[in-house]
Amino acid sequence: MSSRGLVYLIPIAVIAIFWAMAVWEKRRGLDDPSRKGFVQQNGILLSTFFVLAVAFWTLFLVVLPYMYMVQESFHPSLWPKDRGGPKDVLTLEHYKYFIYGLQTGTEASYNVTHLYAFWKTLLISLCVTFANFCLCYPLAYYLAQSAGPQKLRLLLIALIVPFWVNEILRAFAFRVLLSSNGLINTALINMGLIDTSFDFLRADIGLYLGLSYAYLLIMVFPLYNGIEALDKNQIEAARDLGASWWRIHKDVVMPFAKPGIASGCTMVFMLAAGSLAAPQFLGGPNTLWFTSIVYDFFFQAFNWSRGSAYAFILLLACIGFVLLVLRVFKVSLGEIAR
Amino acid sequence: MSADVELDNVTIRFGSFTAVKGATLKIENGEFFSFLGPSGCGKTTILRTVSGFLDPSEGAVRIGGKDMAGIGANRRPTALIFQNLALFPLMTVADNVGYGLRVRGVPREERARKVDDLLRLIALPDQGGKLVSELSGGQKQRVAIARALAVEPQVLLLDEPLSALDLKLRQHMRNELRNIQKRVGITFIYITHDQGEALTMSDRIAVMDAGVIEQVAEGKSLYDNPATAFVASFVGENNPFPGTVSRTVGDHALVETAHGPLRGRNPKGLKPGDKAILFVRPEAFSVGVGTAEATISSTVEAVTFEGNTSHAYLKGKGAKPITLTIGRQSDHALPGQGATLAASYDPTKALVLPHGRLASE
Repeated sequence: MSSRGLVYLIPIAVIAIFWAMAVWEKRRGLDDPSRKGFVQQNGILLSTFFVLAVAFWTLFLVVLPYMYMVQESFHPSLWPKDRGGPKDVLTLEHYKYFIYGLQTGTEASYNVTHLYAFWKTLLISLCVTFANFCLCYPLAYYLAQSAGPQKLRLLLIALIVPFWVNEILRAFAFRVLLSSNGLINTALINMGLIDTSFDFLRADIGLYLGLSYAYLLIMVFPLYNGIEALDKNQIEAARDLGASWWRIHKDVVMPFAKPGIASGCTMVFMLAAGSLAAPQFLGGPNTLWFTSIVYDFFFQAFNWSRGSAYAFILLLACIGFVLLVLRVFKVSLGEIAR
Repeated sequence: MSADVELDNVTIRFGSFTAVKGATLKIENGEFFSFLGPSGCGKTTILRTVSGFLDPSEGAVRIGGKDMAGIGANRRPTALIFQNLALFPLMTVADNVGYGLRVRGVPREERARKVDDLLRLIALPDQGGKLVSELSGGQKQRVAIARALAVEPQVLLLDEPLSALDLKLRQHMRNELRNIQKRVGITFIYITHDQGEALTMSDRIAVMDAGVIEQVAEGKSLYDNPATAFVASFVGENNPFPGTVSRTVGDHALVETAHGPLRGRNPKGLKPGDKAILFVRPEAFSVGVGTAEATISSTVEAVTFEGNTSHAYLKGKGAKPITLTIGRQSDHALPGQGATLAASYDPTKALVLPHGRLASE
């Protein structure tokens, strides 16, 4: 059996295992008999719809494509006529390529360009996440604790409406602002602050701004939710006991909003590391974004296997990193979903 | 260390709404002082002003003789106990109690020692490791007190902290609070709408209505000698008989009421023609005809038997019935419903006060 067949078998096996577990539980009488079954509770029509919808979602939109990509990444890139033939064997060549590149000589060499792009992508995403947090925390705190209902509505609209504009258009708007003879440079030169225009894009400032702005709402809303539930009296109690404003935030507000902070930060980090538009349009010439490499493998080099391997590496790195951060800050995955 | 608190003509406005008008009073060092009034009377606003969360629009707050203008809540020698206690749910009991010391940079060992002392004071020793959510209502209450006392405030401010407790626990906590106050010896300022709480615990009480301090006095004198119609109707039960002063006799005045001319003490020196309200407490009445100017007669609407006392409700000329208490020792049989009953009072126990707003129950 080829490994491609496995892709289709594994989900079926997983379903079978869960089914067997349910049946076993029922036999053993482990489930609470007073509890109504899922079908009893929702009716036959609704429950069929729920099961089918969830099954379609998980199987066809999540599990199967990803499994296909994962197994594809362990195969060589072949012409269609060779697929399934003798050349179609399991291989780690794409993962090796990520680390070592093309091995031309006998000397060991590393795929410096790609490794560098990989680390830089993760590092910049981390910086963007941090910057975004610093930007959004005061805003979310103000929205949640200080703003009156009318001001709150106005500010939320002001935050949301710009996101009706297409992402690429927004990226270009930043280009217009930041380019060598753009608005900001012209203004700075006219004010006599600088002599020659400063290349914001080469310095990656455009990239930072674009990414931070793109995921602003993703950060603001979890933070807002987290802070909003905090009893105002707790803030006042801390102040009354003599805490300075930063201690109030450190001791009372942030611990309380920790799940919201973790949720916002992980989402922004994941999305930033996997973003394509902002780095394409706003990244400096020296900044190669990892997703751009993946994109090029798929659509320029038509090497889907290698593209899959790279995408998978990025995914694993992000998940690992996020889990590590959650562990460090003692937040459980369940808390994030609140 | 303890300090007195002085309000000097304090006015607090929110936009066009005036929450407190020209409050002037001095709370003595080490006193248990209560602000009593219906909700919305401005008592919490005064408390928040003393604690530093609000600034007076006019006037000054002085603590220990020092003007508090420009001194934030975190730098005042006061500690506030919130109505909902506002304990930190993510911290242990000990961390809650020690929080004020921690932000002041008190070293760990000293902090632990003081927290232990305080936990012993509130009778919760060895409970420091528990989370706040594991405590009962009364225990949380005591932790909130300990947390506030930890910073050694000169003045402790309490914003109806007992209102969330059930009746039994509330009565117990009244005694406890009073005991703690005596032991630590600092000034307590207590906010409540419950006159029972104010009367049992306080050295002195300020009765407030609509942003104005109506009277400042000890509980007994508030009850016996209310200064205004509002205080007379708010503190304890009272029967108001509105009317016009027709005649004054010595220190008594005669008021022409819907129930005829009635006599009472006239401490405010009202003159004939002044609009006035005569107040007679239910327990001042006795069944039977007395002097003509101190007897009313009306139909009995209802009678309630309450063990040691009974109450009769007579049909009044106003909206509310006239209440009279019939003591156990009274040898009168309880009147029947619908009967006509004459009740009289000792005129020296009745009070004639200038016409004013009554407390709505």
